[in-house]
This record gives sequence, C-alpha cells and structure tokens, in this order.
Amino acid sequence: MKTGRFWAWVVFGLGAAYFFIPLIATVEFSMRMRRGVYSFDAYQIVLGDPRFQATFGYSVLAALFTIILGVLIVVPAAYWIRLRLPQLRPIVEFITLLPLVIPAIVIVFGYIRMYGSNSPLPFLASDRGTDLLLVIGYATLALPYMYRAVDTGLRTIDVRTLTEAAQILGAGWGTIVTRVILPNVLIAVLSGAFLTFAIVIGEFTMASLLNRPAFGPYLQNIGANRAYEPAALAIIAFAITWGCMSLIQILSRFAPKSANRPN
Amino acid sequence: MADPFLSIQHVRKSFGATTVVEDFNLDVERGEFVSFLGPSGCGKTTVLRMVAGFEEPSAGKIVVGGKDITRLKPNQRNVGMVFQAYALFPNLTVAQNIGFGLKVAGMPRADIDARVAEMLDIIKLPQMADRYPYQLSGGQQQRIALARAIAPKPKLLLLDEPLSALDAKVRVSLREEIRSIQKKLGITTIFVTHDQEEALSISDRIAVMYGGKAEQVGTPFEIYNRPATKFVANFVGTLNVLEGKVTDAAAGTVQVNSEQVSLKGKLNGSKSGDTLSLALRPEAISLGRQPGRDSSLSGEISEVHFLGSVIRVRVGIGGNTVSLDTFNSPATPPPAVGEKAEISFSSDDMLVLH
Ligand SMILES: Nc1ncnc2c1ncn2[C@@H]1O[C@H](COP(=O)(O)OP(=O)(O)OP(=O)(O)O)[C@@H](O)[C@H]1O
Ligand SMILES: [Mg+2]
Repeated sequence: MKTGRFWAWVVFGLGAAYFFIPLIATVEFSMRMRRGVYSFDAYQIVLGDPRFQATFGYSVLAALFTIILGVLIVVPAAYWIRLRLPQLRPIVEFITLLPLVIPAIVIVFGYIRMYGSNSPLPFLASDRGTDLLLVIGYATLALPYMYRAVDTGLRTIDVRTLTEAAQILGAGWGTIVTRVILPNVLIAVLSGAFLTFAIVIGEFTMASLLNRPAFGPYLQNIGANRAYEPAALAIIAFAITWGCMSLIQILSRFAPKSANRPN
Repeated sequence: MADPFLSIQHVRKSFGATTVVEDFNLDVERGEFVSFLGPSGCGKTTVLRMVAGFEEPSAGKIVVGGKDITRLKPNQRNVGMVFQAYALFPNLTVAQNIGFGLKVAGMPRADIDARVAEMLDIIKLPQMADRYPYQLSGGQQQRIALARAIAPKPKLLLLDEPLSALDAKVRVSLREEIRSIQKKLGITTIFVTHDQEEALSISDRIAVMYGGKAEQVGTPFEIYNRPATKFVANFVGTLNVLEGKVTDAAAGTVQVNSEQVSLKGKLNGSKSGDTLSLALRPEAISLGRQPGRDSSLSGEISEVHFLGSVIRVRVGIGGNTVSLDTFNSPATPPPAVGEKAEISFSSDDMLVLH
C-alpha cells in the first residue's frame, strides 16, 4: 500500500515535470526581452502587432465557420446513423478517422489540383473561394474530433425512443433535431466545437499552402525571425487552447442529466 | 359490433424473410381497454408499432374512426403512446414534457399551461411541474409519460409494457391508476403486457397472442374460463392437464385413468378411441366428494404445501398430477402424503383442449 502510493507520486511527479518544465522555461524566456529584469515586453510587441490582430481575427472567423459547417454536417449524420443506419457506423467511423491518417499536405495538394482556376469548381480563382475551401479543409481536419464528440453525446441518450416519443406527439424532423436531439447533445457539440477551434487556430499547412493570412503561418513566420516573441506567442496560443479545454469541463456540468433508463 | 372505432384487418408484418405478425385481426370499440397478452417475441410490440405508424404493415389495413391510417406517418395519426423505457425528454421539465405535443400542435401558451396543470392534477403530481426527469422516480416518470401522451387528446392511447421496469408494488397501484384515468377520459386504449394478472385485472378485453396471431380475443372472464385453444389455456392461469380417451363419442363419455367422466356436448366431433387433453383449473377441484360435483377421480396425495390460508395439495392420478387448493381450517389437520384421496369436480368446468 505505502510503497504503491509512493511510486504513484513519483510517476506523477515525473509526468508533471516533463509537462511543466518546458512550459515554465518558455514563460521565463518570453519575459527576458528587457535585459536584467522580467517584463512583458515581448507580449506587448506581439499583441500590438497589427499582423497578429489581423491573422488572429482571420483564424477566429475561420474557426467559427468551420464549427458551423462541422455541426451542420456531423450532427444530422451521426443522428441518422444511430437512428436508422447502425450498420454503417464502423464505416463512417473509419472515414472520419482518415484525416488523422492522411497528412494535411496531401489533402491540400489534392484541393489545389481539383479546384484550380481552370477546373469546373474554381474555388481557388478568388480569395473568398479560397477561404471557403480552407474552411471546408478545416472541417475535414476537425471531423474525427467532432464526430466522436457528437457520437459520444448521442450514446448518452436513447435516440430511438426519444425520436419516436417526439414523432408520436406530432413533431416533424426539424422539431425533433432542434428541440429534442440537439439540446441533449449540446455539451458534446460544444466540446467538439472547442476542439475544432483549437485545431483551426494553430493550423499551418493548409493555410500556408492556400496562401491565406491565418494565424498559423504568422506564428511560423515570427518563430523563424525573432527571439523572444515566438515564446510569448506560444504561451498565448497555449493559454487559448487551455481556455477552450476548461470551458468544455465547465460546460459539461450543465449537461442535461439523463434519467435512468431500464435498457 | 356495428362500427368499431379501431379496426386492424388482416395485418401481416415481415422483416426480410421472417414473418413476425400473421393475419392479425382485431376490432376495438370506442372507449374500450384492450390488452395484448402473450409471451416474449410473439409480436405484441410489432402490432402496436404498426398502429402507431413506426412500422408499415406488409399487408392489411388499419382503420381508426372510419379512416384508413395504414400509410400515415406517426406524427399525423394523433395517437398517444407510452413506452417501456420512460422516454421523457431529459432536457425539458415535467411541465414542458407534458406540453410538448400541445406546443408542436401550435396551441397558445396560456391554453398549454392550463392543460398541463389539468394533466398534473389527473396524475396526482401537481407539485412536480418544474422538476426534471432525472429528479423523479420510475413510477413518477411513467405517470408523466402518460400525462404527456394524453395531453393532446389523442384518438388512441397505446401503452407498451409501461409498468415492466417498475417494482411490484408500484406496478399494481399504477395499473389501477392507468385504468381509472382511461375510464374517466373514455380514451380507447391498447395495453401491451406479458403479465397475465395485469391483463386480467384491468382490461375490458384481452387479445392473447402467440406466434404473431391473436389466438383468442375475449373478456378476461372468457379468456380464463373458456380458453379457446390449448395455448391460451396454458398461458393464462394455472392448469391441470389430464389425458383422456373417448370411450363413447355419442354419449360423451371419456375414460380418465380407469374412471369414466361424462363430457356430453363438449367433444366437438371427436371419435371413439381418440385421445384428448382435458384441463381443470385448481379452483374447480375439491378434495373428497362434494355435493353438486358430478364427477370424481381417485388417486394418491403426492405433495402437501402449507401456505397459510390455503393448502396446496398435489394428487397423483394415474400418470398425471393434479394441483388443487383447499382452505386451511384449524379444526381439520391437513391431508398426509401417501393417503388415498378422491377429487371431485363439475364436468362443466372441465375444458377440452383442441
Ligand atoms: N426491426 C426488426 N427486424 C427484425 N426482426 C424484428 C424487428 N422487430 C421485431 N422483430 C422480431 O419480431 C418478433 C416479435 O417482436 P416483438 O417486439 O413484437 O415481440 P413482443 O411480443 O413485443 O415481445 P416482448 O414481450 O419481448 O416485448 C421477435 O422475434 C423479434 O425478433
Ligand atoms: Mg415488446
């Protein structure tokens, strides 16, 4: 008992050190811009940089559209698969995993070949079109997380019985999805949304190859050319990601509690 | 029956190659309470789901109030349903759950509130309006589900084993409550159960189902006392089955073990020499000769179980064993195992199983 406890703490301490030491070192370094004293100069420079504001704003907007697109695709699809096509679940699960297996660079080259200015679907002919393509690409990248989050949410409710209960009370599909299904998986959808947000904010490959002014390429650019600012940026990005994660944790407390179900 | 309110006509349902419901027919009067009783897998739920519109019949017709609803979608049928798994919407309060169907139908807010309050009174849970389903017991959830189903004043109420997830006490009190609410509102109801006591105690009529067919449809009294088939006789209540051989078809005499029993007018075209299954309910048999009982058989007492107010006695008659109950009386000691005994019954009570 005692020794087991002791080793558990040792392992925990090692893990924490592995995780926190680089983080602390980065924080420390990011604050050493002014010689001799700690200061937030690097943060001031970064946050005051108009390119930071522009690229960050661009990526936030892209993330919002990605989330909307993802929710519109994934929620009805996951719902329908649970309700009517359970035999398709393994296949769909496999498909949603593909973005983890296929590198983003491959997807992007595919896009560039398929949707060039001379193609039947010339997404790349205009900036707006390219933005749209980028959002679609982001939605693909976020698919594994979004689908899994929503599917897990659907598992906590009795999708079929709730659907039938609503149907027999006169509800059509629109009412069922918006008033019965979505509210009960809202927390799951939100956690999928925050994961999507975290992915999109830091994404580099797609934005860079499609040549869009996103936050990822800006991060890379600063990282290659400055000393203290990249550290500050890394800490900022880290804080944003952790903010998202804590929001998921907080929100899950408000999930509708499912009443005990006999089966 | 002049014009039944609900008429299920020659309905069949196949899933792929397996036929689950076969030529199912049932007419239900307005305001009637009909139970589907049968073993697991006999197709009760499937028939109910076809009435609700969740399954489409492979053949046949379902008519409600003179209108063919066979191909209508569930949300166009104006039918209420209570599910086995309490299917309350977890994100809505009790009041919102009950008002769901009314809101979908576009009823004004004030009317919804009034109707919800009325429903909460009917199910005797007026103080629960603002609770969420997870804050309720199973019995309370099922009452809310009932209120939600009847709030929009449906033409039909369908209940699929609504009590089977509840514990025994709640089950009994809630079934009586369901029945009294149903009577008060006069709503035509189909109640699915595999619990015979439940079906016998609250139904106007029972459809006993087996293998996707209605074996017999009748009042609880008819089903219990005059079962039409062997299956019904065995499934509903306890039954003693004896083998008998027709000795004289014209006179209606049957030999059981080594004694003759007269079953005039019950043999239904059996010929002399045929073997028959004869059945007796335990409560139709008494120990010893009794006035007014025209038949008797002799055997040997094989088991005696003292159950308090009654004593269950098993008597071996030839190769068969017959159970019967006698009332305990402090003055007479219970019979002893191994004693010779005579049982008597009225031949009217003997069922010939076909
Ligand atoms: N969607 C389906 N696909 C294939 N077979 C089905 C389907 N639904 C039901 N069945 C089969 O139909 C038969 C009857 O099912 P049903 O649910 O109607 O029985 P039940 O009488 O309600 O039984 P229980 O008392 O167990 O609820 C069962 O053998 C079942 O396996
Ligand atoms: Mg069933």
